[in-house]
Amino acid sequence: MTTTAHTEEKILFTQGNIACAEGALYAGCNFFGGYPITPSTEVAEHMAEELPRRNGAFIQMEDEIASLGAVIGAALAGAKAMTATSGPGFSLMQELIGYACIAEVPCVIVNVMRGGPSTGLPTSPAQSDLLQAKWGTHGDHPTIALVPSSVEEMFTETVRAFNLSEYFRTPVIVLGDEIIGHMREKFRVPRSGEIEVIDRKVPDGDGICRLPYRADGKHPACLPNFGTSRFHVTGLNHDESGFPTMDPSIVQDSNARILDKVYHQRELIDKVDMRYCEDAEILFVSVGSAARAAEEVVEEYRRKGVKAGLFRPITLWPFPKKEFIPCAERAKTIVVPEMNLGQLRTVVERFARSEKILPVNLVSGEPLDPDFIVATIEKSKR
Amino acid sequence: MKYEIRFSGSGGQGVITASVILGAAAALHDGKNVIQSQSYGPEARGGATKADVIISDAKIRYPKARHIDYLVSLTQKAAVKFIKTLKKGGVVIIDSDFVDLPDSPDHRIYRLPMTSSSIAKFNRTTTLNVIALGAFAEVAGLVSADAVKKAVLDNSPAGFEEMNIASLDMGRELARAAKKN
Amino acid sequence: MFDYSAYLRNEKLPHIWCPGCGHGIILKSLIRAIAKTGWDKDDIVLVSGIGCASRLPGYVDCNTLHTAHGRALAFATGVKLAKPKFHVIVVSGDGDALAIGGNHFIHACRRNIDISLIIFNNGIYGMTGGQYSPTTPQGDKAATAPHGHIEPDFDVAALAKGAGATFVARGTSYHVPQLDDYIYQAFMHKGFSVVEVVEACYTTHGRKQKTKYKSNLDMMKWQKDRAVPLAKSREMKPEELAGKFVTGILHEVERPEYADRYAGLVTSLKGGDK
Repeated sequence: MTTTAHTEEKILFTQGNIACAEGALYAGCNFFGGYPITPSTEVAEHMAEELPRRNGAFIQMEDEIASLGAVIGAALAGAKAMTATSGPGFSLMQELIGYACIAEVPCVIVNVMRGGPSTGLPTSPAQSDLLQAKWGTHGDHPTIALVPSSVEEMFTETVRAFNLSEYFRTPVIVLGDEIIGHMREKFRVPRSGEIEVIDRKVPDGDGICRLPYRADGKHPACLPNFGTSRFHVTGLNHDESGFPTMDPSIVQDSNARILDKVYHQRELIDKVDMRYCEDAEILFVSVGSAARAAEEVVEEYRRKGVKAGLFRPITLWPFPKKEFIPCAERAKTIVVPEMNLGQLRTVVERFARSEKILPVNLVSGEPLDPDFIVATIEKSKR
Repeated sequence: MKYEIRFSGSGGQGVITASVILGAAAALHDGKNVIQSQSYGPEARGGATKADVIISDAKIRYPKARHIDYLVSLTQKAAVKFIKTLKKGGVVIIDSDFVDLPDSPDHRIYRLPMTSSSIAKFNRTTTLNVIALGAFAEVAGLVSADAVKKAVLDNSPAGFEEMNIASLDMGRELARAAKKN
Repeated sequence: MFDYSAYLRNEKLPHIWCPGCGHGIILKSLIRAIAKTGWDKDDIVLVSGIGCASRLPGYVDCNTLHTAHGRALAFATGVKLAKPKFHVIVVSGDGDALAIGGNHFIHACRRNIDISLIIFNNGIYGMTGGQYSPTTPQGDKAATAPHGHIEPDFDVAALAKGAGATFVARGTSYHVPQLDDYIYQAFMHKGFSVVEVVEACYTTHGRKQKTKYKSNLDMMKWQKDRAVPLAKSREMKPEELAGKFVTGILHEVERPEYADRYAGLVTSLKGGDK
């Protein structure tokens, strides 16, 4: 199963969710398994339209658990595989996200966030899963989560999600939100080759690998696809051959290894959009659509001569602390606008004194707008 | 310059489509910075739907409309709900067959008989959204006529091109007639 | 003498199953059926969920995938659709396939995807210590039914047929030559095939039924006494069949297979519109 890559550039005026699907196709995604859920469904609909035209596979499964199960199965058979969902579906996927982490199966999970808990507000925007993305599944595991804030970034970050996933052999999460997913902007689908596409490293030569979980120095272990090496994949703790083990030293080391392979190579993962951070006294930390409101405020403040800056982690997990700490130290006030009740703030608090931090939280289902940020700042001064 | 346009009406009237066509015209054919967005509840038909387009020469950061310059309303419910979001000096375009608003020094109102004109010419109202789009394009003059026409054709199902262009022209005609008054 | 070692990961033995467990009997039957197909081991993907039966793939020399509880068919569906040339076999216990995995089970039947599902039906959750499952006989005692089980059980074969499986067989761990044939026929069938194997767990289930079974042999005898071959069942009155179960290939029809249908869709779009 192969897919036809793009060769022509295209200019589109389209939704973030469609850009996400286009990014997946650009990266060579040839398997999509999903379940309908607002506000992510356009991703599945676009893949259902396009994949069979490109010799890829699309299947609508019976629920979100089955969707991620099928995605992991397809990835082990050699596919570049993806699913897309929203809050409730993302909750259902958590167990298998952990499976993909311990079994080191590359796959991409797009979560177009909406309000919660439970059914919440299906058609309204929120950023309710910033922490679920990090801590949702049980056990220690690495997390890579990317947060686009424009239609174009829905494309580029989905491509990057596939690249990181295939390189690190771990699930990668794209956290869109209802605003970014549904709004339309113009963007350009680049010609193939313009953006790097990383493919899975498979064993050299005859492709046979008897130790699929043996890491090669800093590089993650080399995963053969089913069909060559007759290896074993399990969600149990396992040794380098992939078979279950309860040997304490092997369990200790392998649990640490799946974290270290990601966290020891942050230079390959970190991505931050920093505006005026070098001299910012009032620093805004925000992601996704909320960051666009924050950027508007930053520009307004700069026009008035206020030294404001924006720190926008595009890679949210692992949190880009190396870049953040100096900005946080310089700032006198750190404003954290987000469409939840303080999820990003808990991260900022790890690196900055809490008395500096001004949370701006909106969970009404309305978009967090610049006026609300300014009003919250003004109120805090009184 | 930056303009915010809000199309509003009842679910199923095509107000989102009208906003997408306008957005595509300005973004793809006139080279402007554009963001289109919509908000809706659980109903696919009925309710009060709005779809917004922001057209700007500069980069658009915050993607949602905040200070509406032009409000197009196809139902009374939507008109009453969204007139409050119109900024002072803004322009309202309504289907006068179904909608009326009191005159106000704060905004100019174009009352256009869209439904009755559509029935008179086409014997149906399926392209009411395109008529409204044509009216807006004529009143505002923000997007080139050529761009709007191209975008309408890009978004027309096969066999409906002619009717859509005729509807676009009808909207322009109604607006021109109202401008003279 | 059949050489099992050619299909086993011999270094992974001995297996974890208790003395008297039926799983080993089914494993050998499964291997004989695989051998009879002549399939290349590299082309076989053996998938399982969680539970005693789900440890089986670890012992077999092919591509093996031990997934999460209940989810084997979901993973297997992804494998099969991504690479239809693979022969995909799922082994699953009654709790794994029918309780936590019940939704995936009925939808795999409905899709008629070319996967063979072998259900190891011992009527109990063995690995966790004998709690009642969807097929525990009513009245039996279980760790979570200390006063006797009050729920009715599933008729697995009827469920599979009703949900759209195109091959349904029922065998036992007592009638081994017949089981070999059912599994082989299931492998040869194009479409979703289900083989329910009635077997027993003496350790966690049999021992709790104080008067019913004195040993695993009594549980094997129970299988022998209760199983009625399909042909014979047709001559029996409903009251004679009460308390018994019918064995054999119970349902076999042809219906377009899912991966084939998908391939047809892909072909139809080539050179089509757009």
